[in-house]
This record gives sequence, C-alpha cells and structure tokens, in this order.
Amino acid sequence: MNQTTDILVARGLRKSFGELEVLKGIDFSLRQGELVFVIGPSGSGKSTMLRCFNRLEEPTEGSVTIDGVNLMAPGVDINSMRRQIGMVFQQFNLYPHLSVSRNITLALRKVLKRSASQAEETAREMLEMVGLEEKADAYPGELSGGQQQRVAIARAVALEPKVMLFDEPTSALDPELVGSVLQVMRKLRDSGMTMVVVSHEMRFAREAAGRIVFMSDGEIIEEGTPDQIFENPSHRRTREFVAEISR
Amino acid sequence: MDLIVENFFNIEIMRQAFPLLLRGLGTSALLCLAVIPLGLIGGLVVALMARTHIRVLRFTVIALIDFFRAVPPLVLLIFIYSGLPFAGIQLSPFVAVCLGFLLNNSAYYAEIYRAGIESIGAGQMEAARSTGLNPLQSMIYVILPQATRNVLPDLLSNTVEVVKLTSIASVVALPELLYSADMARSISYNSSPIVLAAGIYLLILWPSVRLLSRLEHRVGH
Amino acid sequence: MNRWDLFIETFFRPDLIEKYWPDIAGGVVVTVQVAVLVVLTGIALGLLLAMIRSYSLRGVNLVLVVFVDVMRSLPPLVLILLFYFGLPSVGILLPSFAVLWLVLSLVLAAFAEEIFWAGILSIRKGQWEAARSTGLSFSQTLTFVIVPQAVRMTVAPLTNRTIAITKNTALGTVIGVSEILNQATTAQSFSGSATPLMMGGIAYIVLFIPIVIAGRWIETRFAWRRA
Ligand SMILES: Nc1ncnc2c1ncn2[C@@H]1O[C@H](COP(=O)(O)OP(=O)(O)O)[C@@H](O)[C@H]1O
Ligand SMILES: [Mg+2]
Repeated sequence: MNQTTDILVARGLRKSFGELEVLKGIDFSLRQGELVFVIGPSGSGKSTMLRCFNRLEEPTEGSVTIDGVNLMAPGVDINSMRRQIGMVFQQFNLYPHLSVSRNITLALRKVLKRSASQAEETAREMLEMVGLEEKADAYPGELSGGQQQRVAIARAVALEPKVMLFDEPTSALDPELVGSVLQVMRKLRDSGMTMVVVSHEMRFAREAAGRIVFMSDGEIIEEGTPDQIFENPSHRRTREFVAEISR
Repeated sequence: MDLIVENFFNIEIMRQAFPLLLRGLGTSALLCLAVIPLGLIGGLVVALMARTHIRVLRFTVIALIDFFRAVPPLVLLIFIYSGLPFAGIQLSPFVAVCLGFLLNNSAYYAEIYRAGIESIGAGQMEAARSTGLNPLQSMIYVILPQATRNVLPDLLSNTVEVVKLTSIASVVALPELLYSADMARSISYNSSPIVLAAGIYLLILWPSVRLLSRLEHRVGH
Repeated sequence: MNRWDLFIETFFRPDLIEKYWPDIAGGVVVTVQVAVLVVLTGIALGLLLAMIRSYSLRGVNLVLVVFVDVMRSLPPLVLILLFYFGLPSVGILLPSFAVLWLVLSLVLAAFAEEIFWAGILSIRKGQWEAARSTGLSFSQTLTFVIVPQAVRMTVAPLTNRTIAITKNTALGTVIGVSEILNQATTAQSFSGSATPLMMGGIAYIVLFIPIVIAGRWIETRFAWRRA
C-alpha cells in the first residue's frame, strides 16, 4: 500500500465533551477512491468522528490529514480545506430560503469565487447528475426528503471535494425514497469519489463498500471486507451488533 | 469628565431632589396600581367580545382595537385632558390618565389574550362543554387558565411597557416620577434629577426586562 | 343649538379647519420624516448589533446587553428629556428633531436587536454546520445563510414593535419638534378650540391605521415564525 494515495488520515483522535470521552483514540485512513462504511451502535461516536474529520467538531487530541495537509496545523485555511471535504447530513440541512440552484451556487461563488454564470452552469450539471435538473428553481420545502438529500449531495459534490462524508444520509427518509439516494451514491462511487459512509443500509454496504469499520464506545473495534464483518466477525461485540441489525 | 459628573451625577443635587422624586414615585406607583389592573381586565373583556358570534359586535370591537393601537397614547391623553373640556367634560389629570390608559392598554392586552385563546385547541372547549359546562364556564375554568399561561411573557412584556408609559402623565401635569424629576431639573438647571429618575426606573424594570430576554432567547433545537 | 351642532362647533369648526390644515399637514410631513428615519436607522442598527453579538466576544457582548437592557427599561420620554436638556451642558448641541430621531432609533435598535437575536438563535444548528462544511466562513454563513432566515422569522414581532415605537414620535412635542401633536396643541391654544386637536388625532389615524392593518396581515402571513 502506497502511503501517498491516502486521502484522509486520522491519528490518535480523541474527543471529550466535558467529562464524557466520546472518541478514545481513533486511527483511521482512507485511500483514494475507496468507499468505507462505518457501522456501530447509536452513541458510539460515529457522527463525532466524521465531524472531527472536517473540524466541525474540534478534536481534543490527535491529528487529521487531508491529502497531505494537516488540518490541525496552526495557520491552516480551514475554510478552503472544508470545501475539499464534502459532508452530507441526516437532516439534509438545505437552506430553506434559497432555491435549489442557489443552494448549490452559494459556496461556489463565495468560497471558490466563481462567476454567477459559471456557478449556475455547475449547478445545472450537478442537478443533472442527481436527476433533478427540472427542480433548479424549486425551494427545498417543495421537495420530498429523497429529493432534498440528492440536492444536498449535489451541493457538496459541486465543490469538487477530495472526499465525501455521509452521516446517515438515508435514516430520515421514508423507505420508498431511500433507493433514489443510494442510486446517486452508487453513481458517485463509480465515478471514483472517495467516501466515508455512516449508515446501516446493509445491502448497500455489501454491494458497494470496499471496507467496513465497526465502532463501539468511541473506538474502532474491528474492520474488514463486508464478507469478513458480516459473515465472520472476530469480535463478540461486532457479532452481536451485526446480528442485531440483520434481524 | 468632571463636566459629566457635575451635570449628570451631581450627588448634592440628587440628594436635594430625592424627597420630591420619592413623592413622584409614590404617585407613579399609585398610577400603576390603577392602570395595570384596568388594562388587564379591560383587555380580557375586549378579547372575549372579539370572539362573539355576533358579527357586527365582533367587527366593531376589532376596529376599535386597531383604532386605539393606531393612536399614540400621548395624543389620546392630550385629547382627553385638554380636548374634552371643550365639550364640557372636565377630568382631573389622574382620571384622564386612567381613562386614556384603559382605552389604549385594553387594546394591547386584548391582542395578547386573543393570541393566547387561539393557542388552545378546539378540543379543550369541546371537552369542557361535553362535561356540561356552559360556554362562559368553559372559558373561565378551562380555556383562560391555559391561555394565560401560554402568553405570560407577553403579558409581562406589555406590563413593562405600561409602567414605562405612565411617564407620559407628566405631560398633563400629573406629579409622577418623571414630572417631579423634570421639575427638579428646571429648578436646579441640572440633569442629575432626571438621571436619578432613570436610575429608579431601571431599578424597578431591569429585572423584568432581563427575565423577558431570557424567556425570548431559548435556543432552537 | 342641539347636541350635534355643539359637537361640530367644538371639534369640527370649518373655519378653523380651513385655517389650520396647512399647519397640521406640515406636522404630518415632520412626523413621517422622523418615523421613516427612525425605522431605517433603528432596524439597521438593531440588525448590526445582533450580528455583532453572534461573534460571542465577551467584553463587546456585555456592553451590548447592558445597552439593550437600559434602552428597554427606560421610558423613551426620560431619554428624550435627558438628551435634550443634558447634552448641551456637556457641549453637545442637538436640534430637537435630531434628539427625537436619535432616542427613538436607539430604543428601536435595542428592541430590534433582541428580536433579531432571538431569530438567529432559533435557526437550527444544522444550517451552520452545512454552510461551514462547504467552506463558507463564519461571517459568510451569518450573512448569507443565517440572517436571511432569521429576518423572515422576525417580521411579525418586529412590525408590531416598530409600530409601537414609531408612534412615540408624538413625544417630540415635549421638546418642541413641530410634528402633528405639537402643531395641534399650538393651534389649540391660539384658537381656543378643540378642533385642531381633533384634526391632529385624525391625522394620526389616517397615518397609522393602514400600518396597523398591514401589521395584522403580516402577522397572519408570517405565522410560521416559530415553526
Ligand atoms: N455536542 C455534544 N455535547 C455533548 N455530548 C455530545 C455532543 N455531541 C455528541 N455527544 C455525545 O457523544 C456521544 C457520541 O455521539 P455521536 O457521535 O452522535 O454517536 P453516533 O453518531 O454513533 O450515534 C453520545 O453519547 C452523545 O450524547
Ligand atoms: Mg450519529
């Protein structure tokens, strides 16, 4: 394995909220083009870990490196780094006061300083990719949950990130809307996007993930291929968790 | 700096004006004791009338609410105090202020009660009626207690405004706190008595204002 | 004379209406000028203060909160008298019009700051996170994502508060600003009739009733503010 192809490297990541230690020393690395699934019980620190990866949450200790740049280094331009780390949230978090198109163009114009027409062109391409080109002028409130989440993905991808972080992207969706979002994620992976996905969509994990990471209690307990983790986990806690969610 | 202390925080002048201001404060307190209950009760009556099924009455009441919300209280007060005498109705400053405040404040309190009553679901009224209470009883024992609790911050906020508003009584020569302070100012040619009055208002109203902003600033989830 | 004639004679004497309507109209112009200026500066300053407050600078916010609390606790008339009679003694001479504008702007700014701040706080954390995750800075997020949403939520309470404070332009009469009430009371004492007062009252109604009714409409239209 060639070290230089690691897009994201976290070393000794710790995070405490007051007395509560939520991350207890996470070591994690992600290769270019890889899709890693993160699973684990609720409260085990999955969201916190993702949010430390772009410093939405300030780690108490440890380092995060994106494509060779240490996010923790003093003087690092965190905004320009965050633009390179796309994030998709469980609750979509589209801007309700802006049209779909303007949701996508805002950061293109303010962070990447693209012209209005360039930004709009990009937005159109992105919406086409997620199959919503006819919704450019709609407002988030007029869209279904699945459509909103696809716009949220388009908003992140438009910034040409080096890695995409998904925090339970389908958990807030009605079951019949999940498929359309997974379809977009599949498309992204096929285009070579590097992705970390926190999700319990087992079928998608089996089909799409190169690696599964099992977290519990703020630690990475075990990682491996989908087959290893789902069919033949080596830890008791992994086994119990997999049995729980496969029911 | 000395100039500021001399003109605004002159202890000697404040000391001399203090007894006068204290008497003014007494009058202000008396005024509040009259106008706050008047407004609270007037507002409740108006709010209930605004819910009547008699269309003409309802429309009239709402028009009156808007009318008194559109007229500046000082204009109303001066009209009552120096306009009505021309029509042969002579009122003492105190009664004039009470009347003006009753008309103005009832409109504001009524709007608050109305919002409170509307915040209670129709199910409550139906439940109360189904137990045999008549509409008025249902309103008094079931709807109003809940409605009032829901709009308690707004009632408090409006009451703070009413207390502040009593200062306009000074314009019709009712010797309340601000009138006394302004009198002391014009005698001493010094603003310190007004600063002292401001301090007294602050002492009385700041705790409520602080409480209100606490209530308003509960963070969204 | 029957009662009706007496009523007309007292409050609607045609000759006095004819004589004083230019004065009252002049008062209307002044009232409108003060009101518009107060609304513009008061709301702009209030929004600016609320945005400054978002940066959580301890010392700055302490000063800001004290300013807001004081402006909300003191009767505007106290402030008007204090500024009008007090400032000249420290060498600051402001015309009464400016004093009225300044005081009402500060009071409106204080109330508006509280309303905007409540609006800013009510925006879900996810909006901040989504914006920051795309690389927008704190200031950009505040300006383009948070404030536009917060302002929408504050339309109704802000309208009502603004109407209430704008009506305080009548307090200007105490320091001789030639607004409607001042013109009306002056005319009343010259003419010895209640007719100018009635004219002034009607001028206020004509001016403010549409605003109050518009406020009602806005309140129902933006009723989703706490959604
Ligand atoms: N801002 C916060 N303040 C305090 N505790 C937090 C905060 N965010 C998360 N936690 C706690 O951290 C733990 C892990 O949370 P999270 O990372 O959301 O877990 P997961 O995503 O695996 O469900 C939980 O116990 C949660 O209550
Ligand atoms: Mg989570």
